[in-house]
Amino acid sequence: MSSYEAVIGLEVHAQLLTKSKLFCTAAVDTQSEDMNSHVDVVSAGLPGALPLLNEKAVELAIRAGLACHCDIQQVSRFERKHYFYADLPKGYQITQLSEPICSGGYIQIGQGSKTKRVKLDRIQLEEDAGQLFHIAKSTLVNLNRAGTALIEVVSSPDMSSPVEAKEYLKRLHSLLIHAGVTDGNLEAGNFRCDANVSVRPVGDKELGTRAEVKNVNSFRNVELAIEYEISRQIAKIEGGGVVVQETRGWDAASQSTFSMRLKEDADDYRYFPDPDLPHLKISDEMLKQIKAQMPESPDDKGDRLRDDWGLSDYDTDQLITNRHAFQMVEFLLEKNIEAKTAASWVLTDLQGELKGRDERLGESTRDYKSLAQVLAKIIQLVEVGKVSRMVGKSILSKFLDDNSLDPDAYVLDAGLEQVSDSAELSTWVEEALTENPSQLLELRQGKEKIFAFFVGQVMKKSRGKANPSLVSKILKEKLENK
Amino acid sequence: MTNCLWGGGTRKLLSDLSNGSLSVTELIADSHARVASQNSKTKAFYEVYYSEKPFPVNTDSNLMGLPVAVKDFIFTKGQICSAGSAMLEDFKAPYSATCWERLRSGGATLFGRTSMDEFGMGSSNENSFKGAVKNPWDLTCTPGGSSGGSAAAVAGGIVPFALGTDTGGSVRQPASFCGVTGLKPSYGRVSRFGVISFASSLDQVGAFALDAYGCAKILENISGVDLRDPTSSREASFALNEPGQDPIAKKKIAIPSFVDGIALDPEVKKSFKEFKSYLISRGAVVETVEMPHLELSLPVYYLICTSEASSNLSRYDGVHLGNVGDKNLSLNKVIAAARSKGFGPEVKRRILLGAFALSAGYRDAYFNKAAQVRRLIKESFENTFKSYDFILSPTSPEQAFKLGAKQKDPLKMYNSDLLTIPSSLAGLPAISFPVPSEGLPVGMQLTAPYFKEVDLLNFVDAYQLANDGYLPRVSESPELTGGLNE
Repeated sequence: MSSYEAVIGLEVHAQLLTKSKLFCTAAVDTQSEDMNSHVDVVSAGLPGALPLLNEKAVELAIRAGLACHCDIQQVSRFERKHYFYADLPKGYQITQLSEPICSGGYIQIGQGSKTKRVKLDRIQLEEDAGQLFHIAKSTLVNLNRAGTALIEVVSSPDMSSPVEAKEYLKRLHSLLIHAGVTDGNLEAGNFRCDANVSVRPVGDKELGTRAEVKNVNSFRNVELAIEYEISRQIAKIEGGGVVVQETRGWDAASQSTFSMRLKEDADDYRYFPDPDLPHLKISDEMLKQIKAQMPESPDDKGDRLRDDWGLSDYDTDQLITNRHAFQMVEFLLEKNIEAKTAASWVLTDLQGELKGRDERLGESTRDYKSLAQVLAKIIQLVEVGKVSRMVGKSILSKFLDDNSLDPDAYVLDAGLEQVSDSAELSTWVEEALTENPSQLLELRQGKEKIFAFFVGQVMKKSRGKANPSLVSKILKEKLENK
Repeated sequence: MTNCLWGGGTRKLLSDLSNGSLSVTELIADSHARVASQNSKTKAFYEVYYSEKPFPVNTDSNLMGLPVAVKDFIFTKGQICSAGSAMLEDFKAPYSATCWERLRSGGATLFGRTSMDEFGMGSSNENSFKGAVKNPWDLTCTPGGSSGGSAAAVAGGIVPFALGTDTGGSVRQPASFCGVTGLKPSYGRVSRFGVISFASSLDQVGAFALDAYGCAKILENISGVDLRDPTSSREASFALNEPGQDPIAKKKIAIPSFVDGIALDPEVKKSFKEFKSYLISRGAVVETVEMPHLELSLPVYYLICTSEASSNLSRYDGVHLGNVGDKNLSLNKVIAAARSKGFGPEVKRRILLGAFALSAGYRDAYFNKAAQVRRLIKESFENTFKSYDFILSPTSPEQAFKLGAKQKDPLKMYNSDLLTIPSSLAGLPAISFPVPSEGLPVGMQLTAPYFKEVDLLNFVDAYQLANDGYLPRVSESPELTGGLNE
């Protein structure tokens, strides 16, 4: 059996964060509305109605292009793509083909020395179709989604493994969310992926025949679908068969792809420039303004977090993909809290507490400004040694349940101030040693881990108030002297 | 029947109304009487809105309640708008077109909906799903198309104004055949919002009136930027001004040399020659000019208009628009059934031609090539206008032809648009106006540079004022007015 390599290209449709649709003033459906409640004369495709380009959508497409290092085309145009289907009221979709708004560009995947730039072919603006609901023998048409603004991000066939594809997709997803282009909601279908997959014997220059797997809606499923496709195609070739060019669907239940239609059946889309829409021209001024408003790119931000803040790769990734956590950390930094400390509190303690309450940062109605202020206060109390970290964490927890809580007053009222008095600490240490003779024996026999057990016992006695580093110091002294 | 109340021309009509010697109610009653006696013969109207009352007569509003006929292609809210097609037979306009909204605010009264070739496709009005319109000057002849109903309504003395649309000559050619004045404004001058599309890059709303002054009054009302039409021009709306000097004398007028190569009807040839002599006698300079690529206009036009039409008409699928047939069929069969039944033969022919011109493997050779030549034609006009004020030709190589004469030969029919198509491709303003002729009317076509409608209208207005009062006449043919059988 010869060995094969896969060639993978992805096409991603991301719904733009516009209030109205791409070519009309009808509001974008937020998924919870009645059928056909977000339709006007333009999105219904009525005769006499003409498309009016939504400038916000243009801005967001440019932002997407800038985030992906594309060349922004200051002159582009819209074309019509024709096919008859019940979800397409005009009989054509307005999209871009020969002159898209962004061309070239890349997405960087991997870390450290193992980075790779996956090249992009283009980003184009286009309108979404409606939705069909097949009920019994009839079909219902809902045009709420028809005309919603999308970008299609088309990569070059530049990836060679399912893992790379998944990484590319996650990276693109976070880049677009970070740039404010899309909400990236996968469940709602606001970020959808088609994968073009082919295989060829290692060393071959020519691309194999590709299959396109349509509409895969999670990162994991994209990885699985590509994995499946690669093995299917290799098995086919090994079995003496040929791979045919076709469109395939992904069945998540059986974890396999299935043929939807062959290339020979493909429509001839009869593309041509939309005569209702003049060329889309972007002025230098507009481009300059959008560039100035772009947030720092995640790549630059990652370098800054690792190199200047000294964060681990793991914390860096967490903060890049979580805008709310990042904002919280940035706020803490302004309060002169060290970056590592701030990241640890936000990513571990705060997120952990929220998770226990079925909440996620940024996804509830909490007042994040006051939460950030209180968190800063708590960290400061811990840092100056006024309370232990354990107590600090319990104050945070209390505050999340009762946002009227004032940390200073609470520490005072509840008598939670950290005990750093040697005499008091010594007594607790003595007690702990006396009460646990067998553990003491183990410790003396060289079982170093038991040391932490005794620190824990002291903390318990102090109800969390003991200063742990002092406890360690006193414990060591006692052990040496005994 | 009495003589037409507005047969003295638009200026006289407006002054009669403002000085009270004529009332709008009286005029509309006369229009109703005329339509009652004529429409069974000419079939110019699909529908007349007898209950539409004139706007409260306000002499400040410049149209003062005058009745206007509207081509069945233009939405007037709540009324049926069928595009001359069985596909939209019962389709009620869900909103009003910008041009109609503006005209109504200008004081127009909606009089009726006029017959047209289905989806604007035709040059004889024989492609109307409800049967051909007949020319008020000779009921055995066509009024031209596709806005034949609108032209016949004005020519028969029913209404002083009518709206049409012009894609390749659909206002000018019927104006020429019916002996009235018809204006196709510059592309972008009038909003297309609410006007059913045939070929988006060519379609333009136009006006019919007895004279250029009437066309100007309509254009004043309907022109101007409309944010609902991205192709509408940002230029200011049109206003007729008093010409500072003789609009004809010293004007330089080009006649494209390719007109020499076209076989003109003897009557047309004669009228054209006499009109040239007239212009020279008025001090204009008339010269034949080489205008390269104009001879390619016809194929270029038919590739572009069919391509755009095949796309624009995709929406009539029997699911979203058009009549749903058997609901138990598969989607493709529902669509095929609705389109087979709803569209007439000419529309089908053009959809097929257009779909072919855009199809993979042929788009470069047909659509793209046509788009390239279209740019050359535009340049040809631009170059000519560097040295000339206007371009002149007959509007049509012929007078109104007999009904049925070209029905079996589409290419012959397409040739009827030979002279009106070039300015459509270039998006330029052009006007057709009657000149003296033997027998049936003959129209001349004058084309001006982009957005120079003022010069165009002043020129024709000066010509019409100078010639025995108003030269154009309403048909008072005995066939039409005397109740003779068709």
